[in-house]
Amino acid sequence: MDRNSSRRQVAAMKQSLFDQGHLDEQFIQLEELQDDANPNFVEEIVTLYYRDSSRLISNLEQSLERNPLDFNKLDNIMHQFKGSSSSIGAKKVKAECTLFKEYCRTGNAEGCRKSFQQLKKEYAALRKKLEAYFQLARQVGSHETACRPNTILPLFPRKTTLSIMILKSKAQLLL
Amino acid sequence: MESDCFSSPRRDANFPAGLRVLVVDDDPTWLRILEKMLRKCSYEVTTCSLAIEVLKKLRERKDAYDIVISDVNMPDMDGFKLLEQVGLEMDLPVIMMSVDGETSRVMKGVQHGACDYLLKPIRMKELRNIWQHVLRKRIHEAREFEHEGFDAIHLMRNGSDQSNDGNLFSVEDVTSMKKRKDIDNKHDDTEFGDPSSTKKARVIWSVDLHQKFVKAVNQIGFDKVGPKKILDLMNVPWLTRENVASHLQKYRLYLSRLQKGNDQKSSPRGIKHSDLPSKDSASFSFHDSLTKQQNDVEIDSFSYSDGTLQLQNMDAASHERDLKGIVSEPTTAKRRALTSNIPDRKITKSSRIGLNQPFAPLKSEGNHAIFDCTIPSQHSWSEVPKRQLKEEQKPLVQLKDSFSQLPIHGTPNHIQVDQSLSMASINSNPSITEEQVVACLETKPFYADYKSDYASSASSIAPAVDTFTTQSKSLMVNDQISEPVFTPNVGLKTQELNLSCISDLELYQRNLLLGGEAVASAPSEEDFHFFLPQGEYYNMNFGLQNIEMPEYFDPGLIAEVPMRLCDLADYSVVDQSLFIA
Repeated sequence: MDRNSSRRQVAAMKQSLFDQGHLDEQFIQLEELQDDANPNFVEEIVTLYYRDSSRLISNLEQSLERNPLDFNKLDNIMHQFKGSSSSIGAKKVKAECTLFKEYCRTGNAEGCRKSFQQLKKEYAALRKKLEAYFQLARQVGSHETACRPNTILPLFPRKTTLSIMILKSKAQLLL
Repeated sequence: MESDCFSSPRRDANFPAGLRVLVVDDDPTWLRILEKMLRKCSYEVTTCSLAIEVLKKLRERKDAYDIVISDVNMPDMDGFKLLEQVGLEMDLPVIMMSVDGETSRVMKGVQHGACDYLLKPIRMKELRNIWQHVLRKRIHEAREFEHEGFDAIHLMRNGSDQSNDGNLFSVEDVTSMKKRKDIDNKHDDTEFGDPSSTKKARVIWSVDLHQKFVKAVNQIGFDKVGPKKILDLMNVPWLTRENVASHLQKYRLYLSRLQKGNDQKSSPRGIKHSDLPSKDSASFSFHDSLTKQQNDVEIDSFSYSDGTLQLQNMDAASHERDLKGIVSEPTTAKRRALTSNIPDRKITKSSRIGLNQPFAPLKSEGNHAIFDCTIPSQHSWSEVPKRQLKEEQKPLVQLKDSFSQLPIHGTPNHIQVDQSLSMASINSNPSITEEQVVACLETKPFYADYKSDYASSASSIAPAVDTFTTQSKSLMVNDQISEPVFTPNVGLKTQELNLSCISDLELYQRNLLLGGEAVASAPSEEDFHFFLPQGEYYNMNFGLQNIEMPEYFDPGLIAEVPMRLCDLADYSVVDQSLFIA
């Protein structure tokens, strides 16, 4: 069925994101937060992240154009960026941030610039992948893929269920 | 707070559900995530993206929240500073968060009084348990209040009566009274340093008392000094040999730190991360020295930067606390969150506290829970780097007021106190009281040279400081000290030194406390520098933006001198509490 195969596709996509190291545990945490009150929570967060971090990216770009580099400032901006990236579980991006910060610490301008280029690549790649993921997920009913079954409450309290069962069995006997 | 937490059946009924959490983070993504997570824990969440917003909200309604969660790196104010402020002013548990989990950062958080330090990315399960901090604090406060609250209150009251005549040395009376009270109190033995007692009531080393101590030490000769000799010379009936011994030990440590600090300290301001190590040591030394002096004196709570250190000493109003600005307001009877002396002075201007008012009352208080500024005369403050407190003027003024009231006598010391210092002190809070005032005063250009005999000035400052502390509460950052009243009076003489010490400490504390509030962050730094020996300076490093420890002293602080006033105010507030304790 289309739906099922789509769902499987979505699941596979998500799995590959994890396998390839683009995402980490935090992403799952976000998915767990998604519920009926916020059915598109994860997507909202990712959108918010990309919007806010783009500002940081341009800050970094500007700062990297200076000569000589202000490593302290770069480190500060990157620190913010790293924190932000950790919010969605952007694993590779975060790793690149750490590397960049290390270059800042040692005052390695070339290293910083190279690292930043790599970071932008990862950042853009992840964005594409997540966009595709969310698009597909929306098609199948995003909350279905994101929700965990244990959030569903039992419809009837145990007592009632039991009594119903008894009634049912009684009815069966009668029949 | 105790009454609040215990008297609210609605909340307590399903505690921890309904816990009122205030979250602040400049990152909107995290803010949203945390809000969602906390809502899932059934907590009531309020979010802010600015630290000043947080302070504003908290000031509006102190008991509107149970716990605060804050990020460490925020653009408008350093998280540690906010931590200090909140702890000092509102005495709420604060949890820090950061993506940086380095030990030094975590330590800093703890020192500034954070109940917990979470690493980003934060898990739900970590947030689920934050209620324990609220509960713990309530229990702790209830216990503390029971033990010390009344004493502190009495002390304060007594102090105020005595200070009216402007006798700066009335502290001793107050202390004696407190001691007497303590005798009646079951915690009496702890007051006298009984180790077996669970509650560590401390001997309040008031400025006056400490001065006697220093005098005795100097008389005997520092090398040949011994607790018994000192005790005999001091002629204080209720003091025991053990008290003197422990105080002497602290004093010795303090002196050695001062020496070390003087060597280390090169340029307090602008010290970036590299300064951190020195700062740390400096702060510690400062702290230690302060603590030593203070011992159990409220004043002791100088432990500024270390914040955490402060806690121990803070019982009394240790100015350290004020200095620290850390949340923990040692002085107040209430157990302020001893934690963190958030050095962050970055007190936002907005939070300026009208110090003016507080100072007035301080005067009457006469409790000089201030720090024992009795810094060994060997230390010449003149070494302290001059800080230019730009904005100091304001804070000074306020301090002045308080100081003027206090009869300051002593040989006029020229105190090199930076204007900023005094300003700083003033800024922070009236609570910073004397110290701040002193600091302010000292810093004021009035004093040419700081070097003075701290001991004597200390005593004078002490009273002033006391008053400040009492006042400071009200002053809290918001009141900017307008007239540097104190400056003329206080520091000038030998007392200046004391005052400066105190104010320095106060400032420091204030700064710490005020965190974002103190406008004159810069000044406070100055102050601290001024008073503290080089080494100490590091701690107080207000202006250092990047310094870990000196975060308190963010350079931004300097720019916001007016904020300092707030700091002072805050400190004073804290002080008050400290003293009360």
